[in-house]
Amino acid sequence: MDETGHEKAVGSVRVWEVVVACLFLVAGALVVYDSRRLGSTWGSDGPQAGYFPFYIGVMIIIASVINLVTAIGAKAKDAGDKAFVTREQLRMVLIVMVPYAIYVVLISNPVYSLGIYEASVIFIAAFMRYLGKYTWLKIGVVSVATMVAFFLMFEVWFKVPLPKGPIEALLGFQ
Amino acid sequence: MQELQNLIGGFQVALSWFNLMLMFAGIILGVIIGVLPGLGGANGVAILLPLTFSMASQPGGTTSAIILLSCIYWGALFGGAITSILFNIPGEPWSVATTFDGYPLAQKGRAGAALTSAFTSSFVGALVAVLLITFMAPLVAKFALRFGPPEFFSVYLLTFCAFVGMSKGSPFKTIAAMMLGFALAAVGTDTVTGQLRLTYGYMELLKGFDFLIAVIGLFGIGEILLTIEEGLEFKGAKAKLDMRVVIDTWKELPKYWKTSVRSSMVGCLMGIVPGGATPASFMSYGLAKKMSPDGAKFGTGMVEGVVAPETAAHAAGTSALLPMLTLGVPGSPTAAVLLGGLLIWGLQPGPLLFVEKADFVWGLIASMYLGNIVGLIVVLTCVPLFAAILRVPFAIIAPVILVICAIGAYTVHNSMFDVWLMLIFGVMGYVFKKLDYPLAPLVLALVLGDRAEDSFRQAMLGSQGDLSAFFSNGLVGTITTLSLLLLFWPLISMAMDVIRGRSANNGNGAN
Repeated sequence: MDETGHEKAVGSVRVWEVVVACLFLVAGALVVYDSRRLGSTWGSDGPQAGYFPFYIGVMIIIASVINLVTAIGAKAKDAGDKAFVTREQLRMVLIVMVPYAIYVVLISNPVYSLGIYEASVIFIAAFMRYLGKYTWLKIGVVSVATMVAFFLMFEVWFKVPLPKGPIEALLGFQ
Repeated sequence: MQELQNLIGGFQVALSWFNLMLMFAGIILGVIIGVLPGLGGANGVAILLPLTFSMASQPGGTTSAIILLSCIYWGALFGGAITSILFNIPGEPWSVATTFDGYPLAQKGRAGAALTSAFTSSFVGALVAVLLITFMAPLVAKFALRFGPPEFFSVYLLTFCAFVGMSKGSPFKTIAAMMLGFALAAVGTDTVTGQLRLTYGYMELLKGFDFLIAVIGLFGIGEILLTIEEGLEFKGAKAKLDMRVVIDTWKELPKYWKTSVRSSMVGCLMGIVPGGATPASFMSYGLAKKMSPDGAKFGTGMVEGVVAPETAAHAAGTSALLPMLTLGVPGSPTAAVLLGGLLIWGLQPGPLLFVEKADFVWGLIASMYLGNIVGLIVVLTCVPLFAAILRVPFAIIAPVILVICAIGAYTVHNSMFDVWLMLIFGVMGYVFKKLDYPLAPLVLALVLGDRAEDSFRQAMLGSQGDLSAFFSNGLVGTITTLSLLLLFWPLISMAMDVIRGRSANNGNGAN
C-alpha cells in the first residue's frame, strides 16, 4: 500500500482492527450463548453438545479482547493510522462486488431466474463494456463463447447440472 | 522392499491412457490456475472438485479423481513461478521469494534460464518429497494404526499449536481466526447427540458450513478483490524458451546441488509440519543467501536464488500430502481440500487407508512421480502460451474468474445459498488479508473441526472426563507436550529475548 494521504482514506487500519475484533467478540458471544443453551458441561453420558464449542467461544472472546486492546493501544507510527483502504481502491472493489451481487440475484430469484449461463453472459458483457470499452461484437463473441465452453464442460462432459434458463429450455436441456 | 512392489502396482493403476490424459488436463488446468491472479491451488482444486463427483462414483474412479485433482495442485505449484519471473507478480504466496531473483534475471534478458531453473528445481523438490512419501508414509501409517482417540486428538492439537507457534504475525490473531474456523465447523447437526448447534433457527445452516465454499470465498474472491484494488496492469518480460537455453541452464544447475539438497530438506520438513510452502520458500531462500559464496549478490538475479525457494516450495507442497494420507491431517490448505475430496468420495483418510484402499494410495503415489514428469514437460514446452494468458486484458479475465468461482460454489451442493455464503466469505477474506488475520488455520480448523471434536469426545469418554488422558502414555504425552511447547513458543521466545537483551527493552515481554 502506498502513502496516498489521509484525506482519501476510508477508515484507518486501527479503526478496522477495532471493528473486526468487535465482530469476533460478537461471534464468540453467540457461540458461548448457544453452547450454554445446549449444555456445556459434562453430562451423564459424556460431554454435552455444547461442551467443545463453549471453550471455542471462550477462546474467541479472549483472543479478540487481546486483539482489541492491541489495536487501540497501537502507536500511530506502527501503521495504526495508516489508511485501511483508499477511496479509489474501495471504488474498484465496489465496481466488482455490486455487479457480482446483482449477477447472483439474476441467476436465481423467485420472480424470473435466468440460470447461470445467461446471467454469466450478461455479467461478462457488462464488465467488458464498462471497464474495457470493447465493441459489442467482441463482447458478444467472448461472453457467448466462454459460456458455450462452460456448458459443454459442465453439462455434457462432466455431467454436473447447473441452474439453467430460458434459452437452454428452448434448446431442450432441462 | 514391500514399498517398491506396491509402487509398481501403483504404476499399473496410474498408467492407463485415461489417467495419463487426466494428468495432462490436470497439469494444464493447474498451471492456468497458478498463473491467473485470484485463483490459487486451494480454491482451484475446490472449484474443480465437484467435477469429480460423477467420476469418483464409478469403480476405480476415485484414483482417477485424485490424479486429476493432485495434478491440478502440481500444475498450480509450477504456474506460480511463471508470473513471478515474467511479471514480478507472485501467482501464489509461495512464489513470492522466487520474484527476488527471478524477475531481475528476466529483466537481464535471462528469463529462459530463470524459468528453466525454476521448473527443474520444482521438479527436484517434488521428486525428493515423493520419494520421502513412498518410503515414509507406509511406516507412519503402520505406526498410526495403533493410535487411539487421545493420540489422534493430540496430533490435531499439534497441528493447530504449530500454527500459533509459527505464525509471523500476532499469535492472538491466529488463535481468533482458527477458533472461528472451529466455531463454523460446529454449526449444524451435532453428530453425537443429534442436537442442532448454532443454527439459530435457520434451516439453511442445518448442514453446516462447507469448507469448500469458505475456500472459494476466502482464497478466490478475497484474492481477486485484493488484486483489483491495486489496479491491474501487467508489464511482463518476453517469455521465450528454446531447447538451447534449457540445456545450457541444465548444465549450470548441478553447481547448486548443495542448495538443492538443503532446500529439499527444509521443504520436506515444513511440508510435514503444517508450516506449508510459503515459509519454506522464504526460509530456504534466506539459508541459501547466508550459505552461498555469492550470497551478497542475491536479489540481483542469481540462478541460485531461484533454485532455493522453488525447490523448497515444491518439496513442502508435495510432502504436505504425507500427513494427509497417513493421519488425515493436511499440511496445507490445498491438502485440506484434497482431504475434503477423499471424504466426499467416501474414503476415510488416515492410517486405515493404506490397508483398505492400498490400490488407491499407491495409485496416487505413482501418479505423483508421473504427474511431476508430465508437469515438467508441459511447462517447459508451453511457457509462452501460459504467459499469454496474463496478456488477456483484465476486463475479460476478471469476470470469467468470478463466474468460475460462482459456478464452483454452486456445484458443491447445488445451492444458491452457498453462492451468497461465498460472497460473504470473500469480503471476509479481503478484510482478513488486509489486517493480517491468517486464512490457512481458519480453513484447516473448518476442515478438521468435527474430526478433532469427535476424537476429543471419545478420548474424554474413555477417561471419564479426565484431561490427563492426553498424558496417559509416552506417545500421547510427548505429542501433547510438544504441542504446548509450540503453542507457547511466542511467549517462550519473547522471554528468551528479554533474558538475552535485558538492557534493550524488557517491558514488552510481560504479557
